[in-house]
Amino acid sequence: MTLHTPPGHASAPLAEADRLMTVCNSCRYCEGLCAVFPAMEMRRSFADGDLNYLANLCHACGACYVDCQFAPPHAFQVNVPQTLAAVRADSYRRYAWPAALAPIFDRNGLWIALIAALAVAAFIAGFVAWNDAAVLFGTHTGPGAFYRLMPHDAMVAVFGAAFLYAILALAMGLRAFWRDIGEPAATLAEPASLWQAVKDAATLRNLDGGGVGCYGADERPTDNRRLYHHFTFYGFLLCFAATSVATLHHYGLGRIAPYPWWDLPVVLGTVGGIGLLIGPAGLLAAKWTRDPALRDDARFGMDAAFLAMLFLTSLTGLLLLMLRATPAMGMLLALHLGVVFAFFLTMPYGRFVHGLYRFAALVRYAKERRQMAEAPAGSA
Amino acid sequence: MPARPRLDAANPPDISALGRRGAWPDGNSWGSMTDLSRRYDVLVVGGGNAALCAAIAARRAGASVLVLEAAPKFYRGGNTRHTRNMRCAHDSATETLSGPYTEEEFFDDLLRVTGGRTDEDLARLMIAESKEVLDWIQAQGVRFQPSLGGTLSLGRTNSFFLGGGRAMLNALYLTAERLGVAVRYEAEVVGLDIADGMFLAATVRTEGREHRVEADMLITACGGFEANIEWLKQGWGEAAENFLIRGTPYNRGTVLRMLLDAGVQPIGDPTQCHAVAIDARAPKFDGGIITRLDCVVFGIVVNRDGQRFYDEGEDIWPKRYAIWGRLVAQQPGQIAYIVFDAPALTQFMPSLYPPITADSIRALAEKLDLDPRALEATVARFNAAVRPGTFDHTILDDCRTEGLDPPKTHWARRIETPPFHAYPVRPGITFTYLGVRVDREARMVMADGTRAANMFAAGEIMAGNVLGQGYAAGIGMTIGSVFGRIAGRAAAAELHRRRNARRDAA
Ligand SMILES: Cc1cc2nc3c(=O)[nH]c(=O)nc-3n(C[C@H](O)[C@H](O)[C@H](O)COP(=O)(O)OP(=O)(O)OC[C@H]3O[C@@H](n4cnc5c(N)ncnc54)[C@H](O)[C@@H]3O)c2cc1C
Ligand code: SF4
Ligand code: SF4
Repeated sequence: MTLHTPPGHASAPLAEADRLMTVCNSCRYCEGLCAVFPAMEMRRSFADGDLNYLANLCHACGACYVDCQFAPPHAFQVNVPQTLAAVRADSYRRYAWPAALAPIFDRNGLWIALIAALAVAAFIAGFVAWNDAAVLFGTHTGPGAFYRLMPHDAMVAVFGAAFLYAILALAMGLRAFWRDIGEPAATLAEPASLWQAVKDAATLRNLDGGGVGCYGADERPTDNRRLYHHFTFYGFLLCFAATSVATLHHYGLGRIAPYPWWDLPVVLGTVGGIGLLIGPAGLLAAKWTRDPALRDDARFGMDAAFLAMLFLTSLTGLLLLMLRATPAMGMLLALHLGVVFAFFLTMPYGRFVHGLYRFAALVRYAKERRQMAEAPAGSA
Repeated sequence: MPARPRLDAANPPDISALGRRGAWPDGNSWGSMTDLSRRYDVLVVGGGNAALCAAIAARRAGASVLVLEAAPKFYRGGNTRHTRNMRCAHDSATETLSGPYTEEEFFDDLLRVTGGRTDEDLARLMIAESKEVLDWIQAQGVRFQPSLGGTLSLGRTNSFFLGGGRAMLNALYLTAERLGVAVRYEAEVVGLDIADGMFLAATVRTEGREHRVEADMLITACGGFEANIEWLKQGWGEAAENFLIRGTPYNRGTVLRMLLDAGVQPIGDPTQCHAVAIDARAPKFDGGIITRLDCVVFGIVVNRDGQRFYDEGEDIWPKRYAIWGRLVAQQPGQIAYIVFDAPALTQFMPSLYPPITADSIRALAEKLDLDPRALEATVARFNAAVRPGTFDHTILDDCRTEGLDPPKTHWARRIETPPFHAYPVRPGITFTYLGVRVDREARMVMADGTRAANMFAAGEIMAGNVLGQGYAAGIGMTIGSVFGRIAGRAAAAELHRRRNARRDAA
């Protein structure tokens, strides 16, 4: 039997995704599992933009694979999670800004490791060059201890620039995504759609395999990736909040870091940091044990690099907190700042972007859902 | 050997620990490690909905259970893999059902589709039990999707499996596994040792060897014979060579044949099967739901000679869906072509294969390997006969032909706007009607009217008891779940009865 491969797509994964969506659209058994299938049912044909939208809507829970009567070894060879994962990863590369940096996605693990190593080296070199050994390996306590190694203004300048650059690149990527899927910009400003998407993203409603949890090694829904993702995501938010509060402390209250352990920035950072250790570790372990049929092994490096960066950010931060009153502080500070700097810089060129595109896809889906509900019955 | 404790419904065994993860008593015997030399209380043949419901019910009632499934693990569960919903009576709307569906209404529907060919006693029993089964099946881990307001007209009567039939099976297997039911895949039952309505042992072929498996009770839940082309030929002649089988290749009726040969009473028409017109490009077996075509009413249907042969607009599609398999089976070469024009293309559910398309009827005929003149003439005659009307495929509209034989009595619109499209179709067999007769315990009835000592049947293999002909969406699953549960409980009860009798005698 020949499987029909639709022509006119930019890549083999997109052509395969088109074939699968045509199969699924004539089956629809999975329509209750997640957002992808209802969104698919609103369409009859699938251009690249549609497929990129659906792929970014997919949360890779695996349910539609273990539930599919046409999954391999069946002749129809239906593997939606794996195909959409490949399309999704390709879409990150496609939307990268500036386009010249898109190749970073090709060998993502290597690039991120390299950039991180360089950043750490640069901070160490900078610390060594600007301070003499007595300061670098000395013990510093009390307000302003960190800034004896790197002036506060320098820190703000370096990190502010990296952060702003990342925001710009991410925004340009989002713009490219939004244009590709053919959605008017105004949708991103609809309060109802945004609020629905916030709720969907905050609960990871689409990562629960339709209610039982997502799938890992086999057809038992025992995977805890949703839990680990919550650890990661909320850990990240808490760390971000810690930084924001610290900035307020500094400029608003004139209180200078390091702060005592009971102070809000430290508490937020510590709790978030612990989440950022557990979450990424759990996600990485889940990735390793997952059924190969559900994995997109070609992109393993990208996923691993992102998780490793989150883990390292947290690990170096927590070590810094524990050892900040010892002579190790100088080196740890360089290490931590180097990792964080590299994290900011590579945000637009790694797995981080999944959150942005997926959230945007959820906004569009919320709008489409509403329109469907309001449409007169029987129009399909 | 220590005496077994007295067991009955009032004194059930404690299997509460079995539901917990990590407490799988037969953990090692799961899958291909299952010990076939050991004697089980209940042997279940088959691995679909009926089999799993029977196995779970028997296990919950305290019996040790072995399930023998002919298919490999991926293909486990026969045609249940391909299902989407089940029909259960219920007195009020639920989260997954949009309104009440009373026992009386269910029974009326059954009478209508079977034309009265149903065992009323069993039918009423099934419908009454279906109410409870709706909850029971969910307690076994099966999940339904929230009721869909949309285009599906079955939202009130039928519960839709979240993720479809394979998801439903995965849940049942998981529950069976947790309860300690032993399952063996790629284990086809090829022989039954039956003496005077008493099951003694089964012969199972697995990994190239044959084993004799003994058990106290037998539950057969191994489907019909729709995948057995040779058997289908007995009713259809050589035409059956060109049939496509919509579901599993493993339902070959081996066990049904053996039961009938051993003197079990047959029920249901031996020559009939449920057949619909499906895409002729579908694989011989297991193409499933996605090869279905819902566009007959939007065009005309011609045979190999380019001639129409039946009123395409006789009644609304769900009511005529199931006659087209038979109609096509009666055409030369068992093939036909649904022909329609551009405006119709987006009016029905998409299907797996794209239509065959051309800019003229002549070019379309050439692509289909039909005589272009014959097809052109048929379309021209049809177009000339179409009377003006207001098209609406959801009602019996007034678009019809005049002076055409056969007529198209509704939804007749001229086929005139290119591009023109066609789908080739062949008969797709869903299931067969012949089965074994059972009583209210799902216990087999022998040819002489006596009850079998220890043999039960559930699912498609006994569906003919309630479904003498016709079909109503979702009833296959109802028959399987209801009679599966009944059979499992009855087998366990019979087991306890015997054990207790032996114990009391000792
Ligand atoms: C495409 C399609 C869609 C359908 N959709 C629906 C629907 O939505 N709702 C509905 O109610 N019905 C539907 N049906 C009908 C439904 O599939 C059957 O009524 C139902 O599956 C019967 O259940 P069962 O357990 O009796 O048999 P099956 O599910 O067919 O299971 C039979 C089992 O027996 C095994 N077996 C066979 N012979 C042997 C042997 N010798 N030894 C060991 N094992 C053996 C098979 O491998 C199989 O596992 C559909 C059918 C098809 C083909
Ligand atoms: S993944 Fe499989 S079961 Fe689910 S909708 Fe697609 S074809 Fe159907
Ligand atoms: S993997 Fe999960 S989220 Fe993705 S399409 Fe399948 S069911 Fe939906």
